[in-house]
Amino acid sequence: MEHILLRHREIPDLKKLDVYRKNGGFQAFQKAVTQMRPAEVTELVKASGLRGRGGAGFPTGVKWSFIPEGIYPRYVVANADESEPGTFKDREILEGNPYQFLEGVAIACYAVEAHVGYVYLRGEFWRLAQEIEACITELEQAGLLGQALFGTDYSLRIHAHVGAGAYICGEESALLESIEGKLGQPRIRPPFPATSGLFGKPTVINNVETLTNLPLILEKGADWYRSMGTADSPGVKIFSLSGRVKKPGNYELPFGLTFRQLIFESGGGILDDRPVKAIMAAGASSSLIVADDKALDTKLDYASVRTLGADLGSASVIVIDDTVSISWVISKTIHFFKHESCGKCTPCREGTYWMMHLIDRIEQGEATRENVELLHTVAKQMQNKCLCALGEFATMAPVTGIERFPVDFKASPAGGLHA
Amino acid sequence: MSLADKYPQEVKKILAKYPPEYKRSAVMPLLYLAQRQDGYITKASVQDIAGMLDMTTTDVVSIVGFYTLFHDQRAGKYRMQVCTDLPCAMRGADRFLEELCSHLGIKVGETTSDGLVTVEAVMCLAGCDRAPMFQLQTAEGLEYHENMSVDKTLELIAALKNSGGEVK
Repeated sequence: MEHILLRHREIPDLKKLDVYRKNGGFQAFQKAVTQMRPAEVTELVKASGLRGRGGAGFPTGVKWSFIPEGIYPRYVVANADESEPGTFKDREILEGNPYQFLEGVAIACYAVEAHVGYVYLRGEFWRLAQEIEACITELEQAGLLGQALFGTDYSLRIHAHVGAGAYICGEESALLESIEGKLGQPRIRPPFPATSGLFGKPTVINNVETLTNLPLILEKGADWYRSMGTADSPGVKIFSLSGRVKKPGNYELPFGLTFRQLIFESGGGILDDRPVKAIMAAGASSSLIVADDKALDTKLDYASVRTLGADLGSASVIVIDDTVSISWVISKTIHFFKHESCGKCTPCREGTYWMMHLIDRIEQGEATRENVELLHTVAKQMQNKCLCALGEFATMAPVTGIERFPVDFKASPAGGLHA
Repeated sequence: MSLADKYPQEVKKILAKYPPEYKRSAVMPLLYLAQRQDGYITKASVQDIAGMLDMTTTDVVSIVGFYTLFHDQRAGKYRMQVCTDLPCAMRGADRFLEELCSHLGIKVGETTSDGLVTVEAVMCLAGCDRAPMFQLQTAEGLEYHENMSVDKTLELIAALKNSGGEVK
């Protein structure tokens, strides 16, 4: 099947504007601006069933429709802060197919009647940010961004804003704070960004991959999009496959294939043909899935993965084989979240700190059974108490790791735990 | 010399991105500019930026402290920042970092004796499928180096040394 998002893999030089336009580029945006009312664009996207690709899976058109009537200006912010361990899909889109992404930003702006859009890139994408800025300049020169587009009275500007190293800025309200020149710390909600977002104005925040779907949905229609994937999760998804597989990388696939197909057909199987032990479907934020036959034959869509007590999230599938200890895995995720906790709310700031000390003790072989139980308790106590999802994410691997892989946390004869 | 005097075009372009009543939004791009000028964020730059954006110096310093790519201290000419997060670590990133440091005779976080390279362990860089990998941060910007080995990295460092400092 030809790619829909990673089209640069088939079309050489797609990152050049003339090549992108020769392949239909910016016709969808032009059609929207000249032939459709903004609300019609939103309705079409709703009908396509497109769900947010940043992790939450919320229906994109529905999200747009939360923008209250009569309040202007409005903003669209593209979330290109991709920082979740295991996730590297937005980066490939930005590198290979930047104009399709930017056309998606433009379509989203038109749909919610925004005249300014921001692309928030993580600071580590410094070089990519320069490329995106160059693309924006080319679009302005080509008359595809700017004043009075296509002879209408619609005008649009897009700006790139570069972060500076903070996972938390992928959380949408923290991202807005960061654009406003503040610490990237989440806001208390309500109000939600749709009513009071960037600069206190109605704001839509969408992930890079979500936005990149839009041009082809407008061009080919909702039924075409729904012809791929499942009823629950229509369309295609980029799966970032990493860990102990032979061929890690991005795989654009329709929703509804199985973990087995992704890992063994796309990913070529496990390194050294070892048995697969555990799967993290949504990067470091994942619950740990026991990789038994039932799990491997589970479909990759939002609803099916939930039946395994996990979430598909951003579909950043980290594969763990039997050479890897789960206590080491959760040590890695806990250290990540401890480092990235923004410090604003106590359960996350203190919880990640204590989880780190406990897992360090476990990894050093100095822990008792009580320490493992305490780690589980601390993680459980953080749940449902944190200001944003990051705190929640920090608990997923520790809680499910201890519950689902008890053998990896067994006390050694010496009183310590084997790692 | 203030940033506005030294880089008038850049400063103007940065400020134009945000509504005039929200000029504080320019703090991060201006900090990048200051870091490019001096290699790290100096106290003078903090005062300069605070004055330009009607912020307190405390506010500006808090931004520098919060975001990991801003540095308030000089380090090696190149910061070699190796990702050791879970997916990279499952492809040998920890061992890579350890062996690299031992070849360079430094510990993680330290700078080589010639002041060329500071080696650091950092969080995920979205290069999980191409580990071991690192970013090379200079005053000018960032470069990714992926699918690396210790040998290739030592060659890169030697090349950096010979080139007198140009990235790549």
